[in-house]
This record gives sequence, C-alpha cells and structure tokens, in this order.
Amino acid sequence: MATTMTTETSAAGDPAALPGLRRPIPKWIWLGIIFAALLPLIGGQTGLISNFYFLQLSLMIVYSIAVLGLNLLTGFNGQISLGHGAFFAVGAYVTAILIDRYEMHYLATLPLAMIACFIVGYLFGRPALRLEGHYLALATFALAIAVPQFLKYRHFEPLTHGVQGINIFNPDPPFGLPLSPDQWLYLVVLACAVVMFIVARNIVQSRMGRAMMAIRDQPLAADTMGINSARTKSITFGISALYVGLAGALHAIIFEFVSPDSFRFELSIAMLVGAVIGGIATLSGAVIGGFFVQFIEKYADALTKWITSTVHLPIHLEPWTIYGIVLIVLMYTMPMGIAGGLASLWRKIRPPG
Amino acid sequence: MEQLLQQVASGLANGAIYALLALALVMIFVSTNHINFAQGEMAMFSAFVCWQLLNWGYSFWVALPATMLFSFTIGVLIERIILRPLHTAPLLSVVVVFIGLLAIFHSLAGAIWTHTVKPFPSPFPDFSLVHSGIIGPHQIGMVVVAVGMLGLLFCFFRFTPLGLAMRAAALNATSARLVGINVDWMLALGWGLAATVGSVAGVLVAPVVYLEPNMMAGILLYGFAGALVGGISSPGGAVAGGFIVGVLENMVAYLGNMLERATGFYLIGNGEKLTVALIIVITVLTLKPSGLFGHVTVKRV
Amino acid sequence: MSNMLEVKDLKAYYGPSQALHGISFSLSKGGITTLLGANGAGKTTTLRAICGMVRAEGSVIIDGEPVTGKATESVVRLGVGHVPEGRGTFTELSVEENLRVAAYTRRDKAAAARDLEMVFTYFPRLKERMAQQAGTLSGGEQQMLAISRALMLGPRLMLLDEPSFGLAPLIVQEIFRIMRRINEEAKVSMLLVEQNAALALELADHAYVLETGRVVMSGTSAEVRSDEQIRKSYLGY
Repeated sequence: MATTMTTETSAAGDPAALPGLRRPIPKWIWLGIIFAALLPLIGGQTGLISNFYFLQLSLMIVYSIAVLGLNLLTGFNGQISLGHGAFFAVGAYVTAILIDRYEMHYLATLPLAMIACFIVGYLFGRPALRLEGHYLALATFALAIAVPQFLKYRHFEPLTHGVQGINIFNPDPPFGLPLSPDQWLYLVVLACAVVMFIVARNIVQSRMGRAMMAIRDQPLAADTMGINSARTKSITFGISALYVGLAGALHAIIFEFVSPDSFRFELSIAMLVGAVIGGIATLSGAVIGGFFVQFIEKYADALTKWITSTVHLPIHLEPWTIYGIVLIVLMYTMPMGIAGGLASLWRKIRPPG
Repeated sequence: MEQLLQQVASGLANGAIYALLALALVMIFVSTNHINFAQGEMAMFSAFVCWQLLNWGYSFWVALPATMLFSFTIGVLIERIILRPLHTAPLLSVVVVFIGLLAIFHSLAGAIWTHTVKPFPSPFPDFSLVHSGIIGPHQIGMVVVAVGMLGLLFCFFRFTPLGLAMRAAALNATSARLVGINVDWMLALGWGLAATVGSVAGVLVAPVVYLEPNMMAGILLYGFAGALVGGISSPGGAVAGGFIVGVLENMVAYLGNMLERATGFYLIGNGEKLTVALIIVITVLTLKPSGLFGHVTVKRV
Repeated sequence: MSNMLEVKDLKAYYGPSQALHGISFSLSKGGITTLLGANGAGKTTTLRAICGMVRAEGSVIIDGEPVTGKATESVVRLGVGHVPEGRGTFTELSVEENLRVAAYTRRDKAAAARDLEMVFTYFPRLKERMAQQAGTLSGGEQQMLAISRALMLGPRLMLLDEPSFGLAPLIVQEIFRIMRRINEEAKVSMLLVEQNAALALELADHAYVLETGRVVMSGTSAEVRSDEQIRKSYLGY
C-alpha cells in the first residue's frame, strides 16, 4: 500500500500541489444519482418496486455512509477499528432519544447526532493516539463491547429504556407528496449520502486528506514535514465517527426501533469487512461495501439453499459458512477489494494510450 | 475475607483459560505479526470434537490427545493452504480472511452439532479434599493444566533443537533460512501448536460455560487483552497477562458488589465487569504501550 | 581442478527493476575470490542471487550442482555459509543458541560438536560470552558470531558480505587473519564482497570488479592491484 500513495505523500506539505487530482465528478455518476432519485416515481408509482425493497435500498445506502466513515479512518488514515458499531449505536440512540423524549423533528436530530458522534470519536481518538496497530484494535474492540453494556446500564434506563429499546415512528412525507414513508425516507437517505460522499471526496483531496495519507504511509516522515499528526489523527477519528453516527441515526429512523442488541460486535465487524471487501481507501469501495453489508447475508442464504437442494450434504449447511468462504475467496482474487480489483481489470482491458 | 479469596481463586481459574488463549495468539503473532481472530472459534470447534469423542464412549484421556492431534493438524493445514498465499497480502486482507475463518468454524460447529447448549463433563476427579468452598476441583485443574502446558512449551522452545529453530524462524526469517531452516514449515508448526494450546483452553472452559458455538466469543477478547497486557510478543507475559485479566475482572465485580452493599448505590455489577476491566487494561496500555512485560523495539527508518 | 562456484550470465531483479545484467565468474576449490565495486554495483545482490534470496536467472553451479531457482534453505544445506550484510544476528537469542541453531540441519552431531570446538579456537572471545544475549555483543563480536554461525553449517563455500563493515581497523585485521586461517585449515572456499578493496585484494587470489550489475574487469589479485588505472577509477585508492 505504501508505494501506491507516494505521490500524495510527497505533496502532503503543499496544499496547492497536484491540481490534477481535483477532477470533476464524472457525468455518469450524476446521471446515476438522478436516476436513483427518480426511482420512487418510476418504480414506486408503477408498483414495480415494493416498499420493502425501498427499505432495503435505504439500509444499503446507510451502510455505505457507515463504511465510508470507517474507510476515512482505516483506509485513508491507517487506523484500524474493530468497534465502529459503537458510533453507529451512539448516533442511533441520540436520534431516538431526541425524538422519543424531546419530541424533536427527525431531520433536526441528524446534525445533533453527528455532532455528538464527532465529540465522542474525537475524545476516544485522543488517548487512543498512543495506541497503534493491535493495541488500537483491542481498544476499539472493547469499545464495541462496552457501548451496548453502557446502553443497558441501570442508571441510564430512564433515557434508554434498557434492554427494551426505544420505538419511534416513520415520519410521513412532507407537503403532501405522493410518496410512501419508505419511499420518502429513501430519498432523505439518498440525499444525505450524496452530500456526505461529496464532502468526503473534498476532504480526501484537501490538505487534510493528504496529511491523513502521509501519516498512514510514512508516520515519521509526516512528523518531520510539519504535519501535526496527533491533531490530524484525532480529528480523523471524529470525522469518521460523525459519518458512522449519521448512518446510525438514519438507521434508527428507517428501522423505527433501537435496542442495545441491534448494535452488537457483529455490526462493527460487518462494517470493517464491507470497507475491505469494497476496496479500502477508495470512495467507490464504500458504495460496494454498503451493498455487501446489506445483501451478502441474503445471497449467502440463497446460495446455501441452492447448494443444499442440489447436492446432498450430510450436515445442514449454514449461510455463514458460505459467507466465510466468500470472504476468503474475495481476498485471494482481489486483495485490494472489489473496487481495486475492478480498477486493475479496467487498466488491463483498456486499450493502451 | 473468604469471599475475596474465593473471587481471586475463581479469577485465577478463569485467568488460566485466558492465559492459554493469549499464549496461542502470541505464538502466531511472533512469527507472522498477525492476530488470529479465529483462534477462539477454532478452540470452540476443538471442544466440540472432544465432546463428540466422549459421546462415542471414549475415555477423556483418549479423547483429549486425539482432539489435540486433530487441532494440530487443522492448524498446520490452515497455515499451509489458506494463509500461505497471503504472505505478502495487506494486513487488512488477512484480518478479513481471519474473520472468514471465524465465520466458517462457527457455522460449521452449528451445522454439525446444532446451537443447543450442551453440558460438558469436567475431566477432573471430584476429590473431597478441595471442598473448602473457596475453589472447586475443576478450577484447580484448569490452573494446573494451564501452568503445566506453559511449562511443557517452555521446555520445548528452550531445550529442543526444533523449538530453537522455530524461535529463530520467528525472530529473523532471513537469517533462519541462511542456516538452512525451512521457515515456511516452522510457521505451519507454530500454527499447529497454537491450535493445540487453544484446543486445551476450549476443552477446559467447556464445563464452565457449557458447550455451544458462541462459547468462545467473549473469551477471545479476554485472551487478546491478556496477550496485549503481557506485551504481545512475550509468551510468558501472555500467560501472566491472562491471569491478571482474570483476577482483575473478578475484582471489579467484587468491589462493585461491596460498594453497593455499603452505600446502596449500584455502580458496577456483573454486566459491566468486562467493560470496566477492559477500560483498566486499555488505560494501562496507553500509559505503557509496550505492555507490562514487553520491551520497546526500536525501528530503523 | 573443477570449480567450487561457477556463475554464468546471472541476472537478478528486485521487483520490476533489474539489478544484475548477466555476470559471470568462477571460484576455484579452496580459493578466495573477491567482488569489488562501488555502492550499488550489485555485489550484495550477487551473493543473494546465489542463495536464492532474490529473483534470478542464469546459471549458478556449486561444486557441480546447479542451484538456480532453489529455495535459500536448500542452497544452504549444500554447504554454503552465507554471512549476510548486517550480520543477521538473532539478537534475542543467546550466543550459544545462535551457534546451536546453525547446526540444526546437520545429521552428524559429532562433527557439529567438533566444529563448535573449532569455532572456539578461532574466536575464544565467543566462548566467554556463550550465555550472553547476542544483541548485546559489540559489532566486532557480532561479526565473529556471524562467521562462526556460518562455520557451524560445516560449509564448503562461504559467502561473506562486507565483514569489515563498521568495525575498527584492529578488529578488521583480526577478523581477516582468522578468515585466512579458516580458508587454509578448514579448506573453505570463500567469495568475499568488500568495500575495502586493499584489504580484500590482500586476502583474495582472484578479483572481479562490478559496476552497475556488470563485470567490468577481472584478474588475479596481483594483476588488479598493479593496474593503476583500475585502482583509480574503480577502487579509489
């Protein structure tokens, strides 16, 4: 990884360097976004796409935002986290409590959830600066275990309702728009994602982004070049938590329910797997990662059923076996993730010049 | 006072399990710089294999060696077949492969033996001498076996040529090749031994937590913490770290209990003891990043 | 007399970049050959290519046996003692363990024990430091340990990568004296890579001068030493 990023590293001290990196967003991506935004009109009104399917698409986008947040930290800044489910939970609970207890408008809770997660992430990232590699992995691992415990903690029960969790209700679309709540929330989530991806793109291409990558690739050299790595790393942690927190808040609204057990360790692992499988340190990888997190279970399940029905096995095969095999095979064939694999495939088939 | 002793004793007994798992993690770490996140699930799978053998009517002292041999083979095969092609892969890819292995072992155990909780007999005789109320025979057995395993491994690595060659391969692979050591095989043997140590941990803990596919999930975290407390690259430190984490966890719960009884205020109970213990461990690690028994390695740029 | 080492058209690569562009040389049985040249000329790479430590093409024949493409440990087991650049000490192991580990692959334990005694006659200082952690040895002692470790393999051929590097002149002289003795008494052929050309030419019988991965000149040590042109342009003394 160190060699692929050398250009960024060498220019990290100079904000005006590498103007060529600031390419405009390709047209086909804008077309894709417009198409996605029109889906409720095309598919929803004609009945081609069910409300349930919109819910699933929304969840996929939510996980994309979360994977993007983790990617900023792990992919672009080189800090591994096994516990980002914790920030997801914090975001979800802030939104749920504000709606449930203080009857706030759901859209107004989103910035508050983001700010809360930024603060929590920054505060966690500050002491964690001293921890590297596997020690950071343990600290974040512990965070993932601790937060659900924290949410169940006896003295917070008036706010969190303990293990029972909090029920909230899907908001209706405003201005009497002819949309179902699921379709409306899909649009809300899509809009959030577009904004957050553009912001992430700008961060990565800014001086801050180059500092992040310099710290990842050459920590000592970054220090000597005048990058304040303590500040950069903890701010990155905060930004990363902010993204994941927003994803958590949106998840709470879509799902209409939060409980401590929705945010178990598996969620953190799923996010990390999504980030790596999608393609670490790429923005497009986050979209693929979100898709992977949301749909792999379903497809693993279907594949398991298909295998069980075609070949006779002595045991009752479980989807997680397929999941594990898929992970291993993907890492063999595309060690830089699906986005990385597609990119190198494209370089091979594209005519030279 | 007696209650305190009891808590320390049971902390040591749990610590023995964490110590074994920490030791398994460290054995793989020193030669590959990877934390095997599937170690716990591999141990769980081994415990199921042992249970199956017991269920088929074999005595424990046949089932255990057979399980250890099985685990050793699985460990060697995983290294040779699955991890060999990944020697130059990015760290995160290897982490994902470990997660894949974890999922496979977990689901296979569920598929073969179902997810229902199974009792697992303690191999240790229930002799009346130890019925003082402070510590049970199984707990004593866990500590004895863990310490015994450590002693055996220590002797193996210290006094046998193969053990020396394995250490050399882990410390400096290039130099090890230059004295004719087949480093690749040493890595595979290390994996085999780690899996064996883990299998003993699984078999010992199964009577305490009952046998089911989820049984090692939390224990892996403790083992990980123990390994890091001891300074990740030191096997002796890992064992000490495992015991420390075990006792610390019980102390946290004990003190929380005392506080509640004295003041009536609930601060920490059994639900929070893991969290608090981990916070303490992490705080210690931020103050002393190389662990309690590790040494700082100076890296050349 | 056949050669101990015969290298023909050896090419070596680090990733996509080529470090050796087809070099050829030979080393007679019982002889000492030195490879000279500036930094980056390919001297260390040549030693690594012989031992299968870098990707290499061409032919390397050790005592009649072709070894190109073989794994490092297989080449070593043919009786090749490689004293690597930077000495390759197992710093966390004791001096004794550093020596014992080198005898790991030897079947003949009695011969290994004799070799250990031989090591002590060459380097009595190591005997005093047997229990000490090898990382705490001085640079000169670590170099002695590296040579001793190679000796414990019972080698026919030793590859020595800059044994004088970073050592005080007196220690260097001592080490070179002992290398001469090892060559004569234990009948070990040597391929020596050195920056210190004067020293190397004194010990070696043949010399090859490398520049950017090619042999630019060769001859007996006496010839190379007496050619002022070569001395000035390549060896710098």
